[in-house]
Amino acid sequence: MTSKVYPDAAASLEGLLFQGMTIMAGGFGLCGVPENLILALRNSGVMDLTVIGNNVGCDNHGMWHVLTNGQIKKVLASYVGENKVLEQLYMNGGIEIEFNPQGTLAERIRAGGAGIPAFYTRTGYGTAVAEGKETRQFQGEWHVMETGLTADLSLVKAWKGDTEGNLVYRKTARNFNPMIATAGNVTVAEVEELVQPGELEPDQIHTPGIFVQRIFKGTQYVKYIERLTTRPRQAAAAGEAH
Amino acid sequence: MAWTREEMAARAARELRDGYYVNLGVGIPTLVANMIPPGIKVTLQSENGMLGMGPFPYEGEADPDLINAGKQTITELPHSSYFSSADSFGMIRGGHINLSILGGMQVNEQGDLANWMVPGKMIKGMGGAMDLVAGVPRVVVVMEHTEKSGAPKFKRQCTLPLTGTAVVDLLITELGAFEIDSRGGGATLIELADGVGLDEIQSKTEAHFRVCSTLA
Repeated sequence: MTSKVYPDAAASLEGLLFQGMTIMAGGFGLCGVPENLILALRNSGVMDLTVIGNNVGCDNHGMWHVLTNGQIKKVLASYVGENKVLEQLYMNGGIEIEFNPQGTLAERIRAGGAGIPAFYTRTGYGTAVAEGKETRQFQGEWHVMETGLTADLSLVKAWKGDTEGNLVYRKTARNFNPMIATAGNVTVAEVEELVQPGELEPDQIHTPGIFVQRIFKGTQYVKYIERLTTRPRQAAAAGEAH
Repeated sequence: MAWTREEMAARAARELRDGYYVNLGVGIPTLVANMIPPGIKVTLQSENGMLGMGPFPYEGEADPDLINAGKQTITELPHSSYFSSADSFGMIRGGHINLSILGGMQVNEQGDLANWMVPGKMIKGMGGAMDLVAGVPRVVVVMEHTEKSGAPKFKRQCTLPLTGTAVVDLLITELGAFEIDSRGGGATLIELADGVGLDEIQSKTEAHFRVCSTLA
């Protein structure tokens, strides 16, 4: 019987990597990032990657490891701040970056995974993002055509998963992971807790196992916090009023 | 005396209405979260996938899986919900978020906004700004009235790359507030900061604008 379960990140990537491939990775900043898979990708040394994700890691963390190892030739992202290596590469022409509005990027990946080749959005009309793209009026308003995105390989991080590949994310670590899981020719998931079928509530599953071909339990999560913000215990609650 | 950062945020907070779902950008707009008028309920959206954003956690209780779009650690509230980035921008693009308050580099008299890149400098990316201005029905921009050099930032035409065209409904600076008719009706000065005269704001503004009758 086939099994989707692999012992670790390196084993889960065996036979999947090739030069010039396109890889999507989940995460927003360093939240919900497939840390184990990124390090295994770095260790593999596979070159000339096109990487799709909201960010490309930040200094010393996340996809920065693969970037610093010289493996990435092109990036599709919405925000690449706090990443000096990327800044230098970009300024020297050592890397190509295609900037996408965050919602457009999310929808392009969702569309790609859902078999939709293109869609129209108001986002970016009249800006540099629309240059060279088809535009069209709907109900009197101009829209830009954006194409769906797929990848040779998708790397996602979930909180819990079962051996069938069903996934549950935690809090804002969900972000781009559910769409990225659907858009890979092969999708590999790393989870903090790997459980048996039946242990996840079917009504609560965020990514159905059909989208996940390989799964393993990740280890040694760093979960680095980019901006630790706290309040002293005595202070009155700030942030939202009722 | 021009408005302080806090007074600018307080002016923006007057745009909040009971029951609104609101997205706040980084910088001065973030301060609006602390200025929600009593007696109204506002739910804050964070575009990385959360509705009902709570305050910063107590020391020692930060959760790396719970951050806002500015990557700051936050907390959840009893009515909070989490969702994917696609659902998040579905809310934004679909017009379900009532109000967006964000920062700006330049605004013009038609309501065009530039706030994501300066040519020649490192481009960090637009993040969610283009989606927010395109999708949210009411967009408030809070920014300084002039560059450090004194050059006006409220202009006839933006010279920086645009984030969106005809998207800004209200511009708040330290000198006052302008309503902008994004359907082509132009800009109107509707408020002056205490101690700021019409002459001063006119001399520091390149955009053409009308003056509300109560100020003229």
